[in-house]
Amino acid sequence: MAAKRKKELEGEEKPQENRISTFPDEVLERVLVFVKSHKDRSAVSLVCKDWYNAERWSRTHVFIGNCYSVSPEMVARRFPNIRSLTLKGKPRFYDFNLVPPEWGADIHSWLVIFALAYPFLEELRLKRMTVTDDSLEYLARSFPGFKALSLVSCDGFSTNGLASVASYCRNLTELDIQESGIDDLGGSWLSCFPDNFTSLEALNFANLHSEVNFDSLERLVARCKSLRVLKVNKHVTLEQLRRLLIRAPQLMELGTGSFSQDHKLRSDTELENAFSNCKNLHTISGLWVVSSLYLPALYPACSNLTFLNLSYAPLQSTELAKLLPSCPLLRRLWVLDTVEDKGLEAVGSSCRLLEELRVFPADPFDQEIMLEGGHSGVTESGFISVSEGCPNLHYVLYFCRQMTNVAVATVVRNCPNFTHFRLCIMNMCQPDYLTNEPMDEAFGAVVKSCTKLRRLAVSGLLTDCAFEYIGTYAKNLETLSVAFAGSSDRGMQCVLQGCPKLRKLEIRDSPFGNAALLSGLERYESMRSLWMSACKVTMSGCRLLAREMPRLNVEVIKEDEGDDIQAEKVYVYRSVAGPRRDAPPFVLTL
Amino acid sequence: MSFPPNPNPNPNPRPNARDIEEERETEMSIETERSSTESEVSGLDYEETALTLGLPGGKRGFSETVNLGIKSSLIEARGDSSGDRSDESPDCNASVAEKPPAPKARVVGWPPVRSYRKNALKSCTFVKVQVDGAPYLRKVDLEAYRGYEQLLVALQEMFSCFTIRNYPNEERKLVDPVNGTEYVPTYEDKDGDWMLVGDVPWKMFVESCKRLRLMKSSEAVNLAPREARR
Repeated sequence: MAAKRKKELEGEEKPQENRISTFPDEVLERVLVFVKSHKDRSAVSLVCKDWYNAERWSRTHVFIGNCYSVSPEMVARRFPNIRSLTLKGKPRFYDFNLVPPEWGADIHSWLVIFALAYPFLEELRLKRMTVTDDSLEYLARSFPGFKALSLVSCDGFSTNGLASVASYCRNLTELDIQESGIDDLGGSWLSCFPDNFTSLEALNFANLHSEVNFDSLERLVARCKSLRVLKVNKHVTLEQLRRLLIRAPQLMELGTGSFSQDHKLRSDTELENAFSNCKNLHTISGLWVVSSLYLPALYPACSNLTFLNLSYAPLQSTELAKLLPSCPLLRRLWVLDTVEDKGLEAVGSSCRLLEELRVFPADPFDQEIMLEGGHSGVTESGFISVSEGCPNLHYVLYFCRQMTNVAVATVVRNCPNFTHFRLCIMNMCQPDYLTNEPMDEAFGAVVKSCTKLRRLAVSGLLTDCAFEYIGTYAKNLETLSVAFAGSSDRGMQCVLQGCPKLRKLEIRDSPFGNAALLSGLERYESMRSLWMSACKVTMSGCRLLAREMPRLNVEVIKEDEGDDIQAEKVYVYRSVAGPRRDAPPFVLTL
Repeated sequence: MSFPPNPNPNPNPRPNARDIEEERETEMSIETERSSTESEVSGLDYEETALTLGLPGGKRGFSETVNLGIKSSLIEARGDSSGDRSDESPDCNASVAEKPPAPKARVVGWPPVRSYRKNALKSCTFVKVQVDGAPYLRKVDLEAYRGYEQLLVALQEMFSCFTIRNYPNEERKLVDPVNGTEYVPTYEDKDGDWMLVGDVPWKMFVESCKRLRLMKSSEAVNLAPREARR
């Protein structure tokens, strides 16, 4: 189908201008098909007009990092043959309730344009977008060949929307609603997949609270022989999981349901057998409500495991220590801080190939734990243990309540290859707890040692010094997240001047004002976006920015009427689509 | 554009408690802390400045910095604990150590844990476990165990200093082998009463238990012996 369409379109489109080379379009397009990365494709399109045209005709996938940077009409005009679209919407701080709910990023206007422009659209991958049930029904009915729907951290829809997708998308291969905030009206949507529907390859409904009909699920799994990803929700019991595994031994990614006491489970051996039949599992997640008694059933399935997501399973250190030796090939591990430093020591000794570690807090807000000066969670010593045992570590997300400069310096000395370093010392503005000094030297060490660093999130007590380090050394930095840090405008200025590859800068509650904001005047067009909330920026500063840089959208979120001077929340992003047409009343475009 | 160093270096731009109090009264109260260079740079009049941030800690503590008018950031402030941070002056280290533990201020979106994740974990039936004399709390998920036996084994593993000692009258106690102190597992039920663990059928226990406490045997004499319970 695609090839035929392409020929028709090529016939219409013969460039008029003189050609630089006699390289025929058709050949160029065939070659360009192999260029997949959107960065490479953007580069290709800049070579010359011929290449720009060849590229736009041959592109099948578009990635749009900020849905407001371009309009759906513009996308449709430039790229006639899109089959797959990835769109990101709200600013990331939306996840932490810093952006009001009706902010925007609604997918519907995009769908309406695409229903006309891309009737053969196959894939839609959205992150932080608002999607309503009506939109889902519209999607399901408008695109007959639709295959893959992935909604990460989206909201606005309910299980009714899922029912539409299940009912009308005859060729569906993927339905993934991970971490989306959805209105859970019941599990009947799953039963809407027709009996003759067999194309499913990936299904993820782990975040749903309501129970789906297990018989429907079992039959669905049984008839979809290409199923390779299955992530169920907590209502699925161990015995039910066992039955699903028997039906789908070819699974590559499994999200279990509840992993605890189940009277219906006839014997633990049967469960183990079901797991050992799954020879292709490389990812395991879920493990809601996990009982250590049943964990050993997993061990036989772990021999090829590369990603283990235990971030919803509050394991203790001993349980983790017993599980890890069965996972010798582990590359990515997500855990809760219930495993404590001892658990991380086990990680260091068992997971030689580890590349990514994320430690999430089980109780980020527990007052009592903080009251008693508790030693719950992980500390700098666990961090060091992992770095000693895992030399390939390049991605870390670490939530802790105490840290020292020396510890971080040790970690990055052991692992100089970090590309993503996200450290969250949960107590705001906390200094090095041993020396009481700011944590400047810690992040200084990070940027000095880790020359490949692309993403950095800082925390703890930080002065401008930390940002001077970042500006001086972090030459590959693309994303920086700052909270409650810095002493003056100079901090932000250093970063804007010193980090040439910076694309996303998000700052909250830091003393950066207009001078800092305006020092980046010439930078923002080469960045995706800037977020500043509860800083010292004022409306006049924002207006000046907007006036000087017309190709930037400078938006101020104004939630309370009182203050006309302070710009509480500022979101600046480059756009070729002009100011938003769907901005709610509390978003002022300057 | 290069920025000359700030000729008015203010190493501690954060306001102290008194400033904050005054700020609250006068909504538009302003305190210029900017240098003259900024006006040169941008040509703007910077007579307004500072959003005084009132970052937690301040010079002496957060308890005074309630309701700074930073509505978007603070939802409630209840005082300070170890959030007190050192100033850039080197001799302030002493102030941190003696802070009495007090509840921390809560701020919107901090720590940066997504609501989805918070909600997913909250719904577990976790109870806190406290051991007399130990400075920390743990949490256990009662639904993860089949019965009292497994719970005790888990507690033993968790507070690895204990071994289980069985008594002929079916009581079980956890013993610290180092000093021989016996601990009796007790729990607080829905009515707020402290009971001995093991009194009621397991399922009933799971439903009614709000928190666990490993109490020293010597102190547990206040709890009615099992036979005497209704």
